Amino acid sequence: MEAIVQQFFNLAIMERALPLILSGLEQTIVICLLVIPLGLIGGLAFAIISLSRLRTVRWAAIAGIDFFRAIPPLVLLIFIYAGLPFAGLRPSPMLAVAIAFFLNTSSYYGEIYRAGIESVGQGQWDAARSTGLYGYQTLAYVVLPQAVRNVLPDLVSNTVEVVKLTSIASVVALPELLYSADMARSVTFNSSPIVLAAAIYLVMLWPIVRLISRLERRVAA
Amino acid sequence: MTTGALPILEIRGLRKRFHDVEVLRGIDLVVLPQQLVFVIGPSGSGKSTLLRCCNRLEEPSAGSIRVAGVDVMARSTDINAMRRQIGMVFQSFNLYPHMTALRNVTLALAKVLGKPRAEAERIGMAALDRVGLADKARSYPGELSGGQQQRVAIARALALEPKVMLFDEPTSALDPELVGSVLNVMRELKRGGMTMLVVSHEMRFARDAADRVIFMDHGVIVEEGPPQQMFSAPSEARTRAFIAELAR
Ligand SMILES: Nc1ncnc2c1ncn2[C@@H]1O[C@H](COP(=O)(O)OP(=O)(O)O)[C@@H](O)[C@H]1O
Ligand SMILES: [Mg+2]
Repeated sequence: MEAIVQQFFNLAIMERALPLILSGLEQTIVICLLVIPLGLIGGLAFAIISLSRLRTVRWAAIAGIDFFRAIPPLVLLIFIYAGLPFAGLRPSPMLAVAIAFFLNTSSYYGEIYRAGIESVGQGQWDAARSTGLYGYQTLAYVVLPQAVRNVLPDLVSNTVEVVKLTSIASVVALPELLYSADMARSVTFNSSPIVLAAAIYLVMLWPIVRLISRLERRVAA
Repeated sequence: MTTGALPILEIRGLRKRFHDVEVLRGIDLVVLPQQLVFVIGPSGSGKSTLLRCCNRLEEPSAGSIRVAGVDVMARSTDINAMRRQIGMVFQSFNLYPHMTALRNVTLALAKVLGKPRAEAERIGMAALDRVGLADKARSYPGELSGGQQQRVAIARALALEPKVMLFDEPTSALDPELVGSVLNVMRELKRGGMTMLVVSHEMRFARDAADRVIFMDHGVIVEEGPPQQMFSAPSEARTRAFIAELAR
C-alpha cells in the first residue's frame, strides 16, 4: 500500500513536477485554442461545401470528410511531421499538429454540422427563400442557428475528444501536458506526475462532460 | 377580364417534370389585380408545385410566368427581388422557431430590403397588427397556437408588400376551431385589395371570397369558373365527383 502511494501519489514529487506540468498545460491550452476554432470553422466549411448543388463538389467534400475520419489521427500527424520532409517541407511541431488536427477535427465537426443542417426541414429554406433571402442568408440566420442548437451536445462532445486528442502532440515532441508529465516521470522514476496530469485533464473536462449530459436532456426534451 | 387591367400573375404553358414524371402538363392561368383565385384538386394533382413554380422554389421545365409583367424566368430577372413581391404562406407555417413573432416578420425587411431596425420593427408591428397579433410580437412560435402561427406567417409575407400572395392549404394543418381566424385574415386581405392565389378546400370560404375557382387534376386545369357554378353545376364529370367527395 505504502509502495503504491509512493509510486503514484507522491506529493513531494508532484510539487517538484508542477512547474513543468503547468507549462505543459499551457501548451495544451495553446493547442486547444488553435485547433478547436480551426476545426469548428473548417468543419462548417466542409459541411457547407457538402450541401453544394454541384454533385462533384458535394461528393468531393463528403469523400474528404470520410477520408479524414477514417485515418487514425496519430498516423496523420506522424505522416505530416515525418513524411512531409521527404517532400522538402519541414513543418514545426506546432504547424504539423495544427494541420493534422485541422484535417481530422474539421471532418468530425463537418459531419456533425451536416447532420445538424439536415435536421432542419426544407420548409425553413422555402419560407426564407420565398421572402427573398439569399441562400447564404438563409443558412446564416435561419438554418444554422437551429442546426447548431440541434447538435450542440455532439459539438461539445467532439470538443472534449479534441482536447483529449491533443496529447498525441507528444509524439512530435511538442511539450504539452502529457509530454511534460512523461518527462517528469522519466527524470523522477515515479508515476505521480502522470497521475497529476490525469487529474488536470479530469478537472478540465469533467464539468464539460456534465454540461453535455444536461444539453442532451434539453435537446431531447 | 373586361377591366383591361394588366394581369398580376400570368402563367402560360407551364410544365414541370420531376425526373420522368410530368407533374404539371401545360398550365395557363391569369390572375388579375385584386382577384382571389381559388385552386382545388385531389392530392398529388400538382397544386403545390404550381404555386412553388410561381416564385421558382421549383424550377419550371417549360412555359412562362410573369408577375406584374416581369418574366420570372428571364435570366436578367433578379429572382430574389421578385420573390419578395410574391408572398407565400405554407400549410405548415414554417415560422422560424428560434425567433420571436416580430423577428420572423422583420428578418427579410432588415436583410433583404435593408431597413434600419427601428423602421423594420415599425413595419413588422403594423403587419402583426393587421393579422390581430400585435400583442404576441415578443412570443416565440412554440408559444402560439397553430392559427396564431399561421397569421404570423401571413404577416411575414405581408410586411414585404407583395403584389400577389400564394397560399398553399393555409388551414389544412389547423384544428377546426382555429381555421376561422386565419380565413378572416384572408378575407380582410381580399377586402384590402390583395391579389391572391389560394389552394384550399374550404368551400364556404371560396363561395364568399373567391372570384374564380380552378379545378386541377393530374397536372392540368380541368375546369374553371365562378364559385357558384363550380360548386353547384360543374360541367366536367371529374369535377363533379371531386366536389361531391369534398362536400361529404
Ligand atoms: N420535389 C419533388 N420531387 C419529386 N416529386 C415531387 C416533388 N414534389 C412533388 N412531387 C410529386 O409531384 C406530384 C404533385 O405534387 P404536389 O404539387 O405536392 O401536389 P398537391 O399539392 O396537389 O397535392 C406528386 O405526385 C408528388 O409526389
Ligand atoms: Mg400540396
